[in-house]
Amino acid sequence: MARAVTTRRKIATTVLAWAIGLLIFFPIFWTILTSFKTEAQAINNPPLFWGFDFTLENYAVVQERSDYMRFLWNSVIIAGGSTILGILVAVPAAWSMAFVPSRRTKDILLWMLSTKMLPAVGVLYPISLIFVEFNLLDTRGGLILVLMLINLPIIVWMLYTYFREIPAEILEAARMDGATLKAEILYVLTPMAIPGIASTLLLNFILAWNEAFWTLNLTAASAAPLTAFIASYSSPEGLFFAKLSAASTMAIAPILILGWFSQKQLVRGLTFGAVK
Amino acid sequence: MATQHARSAARVMMAPAVILLLGWMLVPLTMTLWFSFTRYLPMRGDSIERGLDWVGFENYVRFIGSSSFWPSVQATLLIVGGVLVITVILGVLLAILLDQPFWGQGIVRILVIAPFFVMPTVSALVWKNMMMDPVNGMLAHLWRFLGMTPVSWLSDASVQSIILIVSWQWLPFATLILLTAIQSLDREQLEAAEMDGAPVMARFWHIVLPHLGRAITIVVLIQTIFLLSIFAEIFVTTGGSFGTRTLTYLIFQRVVDSQNIGLGSAGGVYAIILANIVAIFLMRIVGKNLDR
Repeated sequence: MARAVTTRRKIATTVLAWAIGLLIFFPIFWTILTSFKTEAQAINNPPLFWGFDFTLENYAVVQERSDYMRFLWNSVIIAGGSTILGILVAVPAAWSMAFVPSRRTKDILLWMLSTKMLPAVGVLYPISLIFVEFNLLDTRGGLILVLMLINLPIIVWMLYTYFREIPAEILEAARMDGATLKAEILYVLTPMAIPGIASTLLLNFILAWNEAFWTLNLTAASAAPLTAFIASYSSPEGLFFAKLSAASTMAIAPILILGWFSQKQLVRGLTFGAVK
Repeated sequence: MATQHARSAARVMMAPAVILLLGWMLVPLTMTLWFSFTRYLPMRGDSIERGLDWVGFENYVRFIGSSSFWPSVQATLLIVGGVLVITVILGVLLAILLDQPFWGQGIVRILVIAPFFVMPTVSALVWKNMMMDPVNGMLAHLWRFLGMTPVSWLSDASVQSIILIVSWQWLPFATLILLTAIQSLDREQLEAAEMDGAPVMARFWHIVLPHLGRAITIVVLIQTIFLLSIFAEIFVTTGGSFGTRTLTYLIFQRVVDSQNIGLGSAGGVYAIILANIVAIFLMRIVGKNLDR
């Protein structure tokens, strides 16, 4: 910066930015806070920001009554499984498009992207029919497959943009030195590609974790992940604000933490490399 | 240059991804197209095994002719348009603000981005109950504090409420992308303009905004595609009532609630065509970027 920013201006910016940041974050903050209150205090008038009896009871009740761990486990398996499977399919594809591009590479990439634009509701019934036919309804395997397919274009794209940044000269040097294709992939490419693969893994895990069309429509009881578990709270009985908060906090906490690590990748991943 | 050997290896390595996506696209799409031309009511015993009656374009005509079609188009446009306007305008302002030097930049950034990572069912439920509940919601407390009568948000201002919830979810996305774009702005150009005495607004209109043009276009296109298919936010809050039945939700109800697969599929084809119109513009921009 050529010009020093005046302290007064910096203070004003700080106050404004923090005010807006806290305002945007407020619903999440409030949910977390409420999850530690009793049900009576959760709906106290005026709302309690402090001075309530801190309790962990809601967390215990949610786990006990709804078997929270089962939903959590389903989420982990479905999001993790679909992401890993997607990476396994996408790495070779992205690798070959980045390093052995042909005239059709661009078309294939754009076509893959276009499958992502297919509105899910337009193919809901065919997919449920196929699921019934192959006994995939309400199974984790079925959801892993569907979520892998809906995220595959993003995975391929992200990996492609990362791989393309690996300088081709290094590969050529390796080839000159007589490296085989296997050695090239194993010892030259993989170490350089790992950061990109890790970011892709992270972002797509988050996307799969939060996916709420297929997870709501293709599960019933046994394979339902957290998205469906939370949706079951939409028709409540009696006092439930604190328990809803506890359930919500548990459902979003892991992803909020992962999300903070992936801010940078988010831009690249969701704009298909168009904004960096 | 790649050898012949490398080329054939590349083809093999690409095959699984291409074949999977091809199947994922073609099979259900073909089925939807087929169903959309048939009378298909599983509750009345219609099934693929017994053969479906071909009805031509009847479903397409009936879908558009139904009394809920135009309201659903209107709801879709209102929600998508409202969210786009709010997220783009606030996103630009917020990105400019976050780009200024201030204390605690990292933390504020995290606070602003957080809503994007909240799963849609959670954000819908949290807003519905913790914020918008007419008795115990935070907004009701605030309204009473200001001496006003609390509003039953999701029934009396349902479309606005959905717009608010969805905007809250997508503002971080717009902000983050616009912030990334702003950071690539040439500082010297801005400073030169400032030295030449260009006022803040002039610098914004003539330097910052044109620079953000591309990023804004991308935000609009990507968000449109996601917003056209928002589902959980409506499913959990209003269930499509009070004028919040979007095209996506209407199709969902035709297929799942009324089990009219032919009609729902015709609606699905409309939705696919609509999404593709938006997609073509997005692909052009992304495609140009690939040529660099």
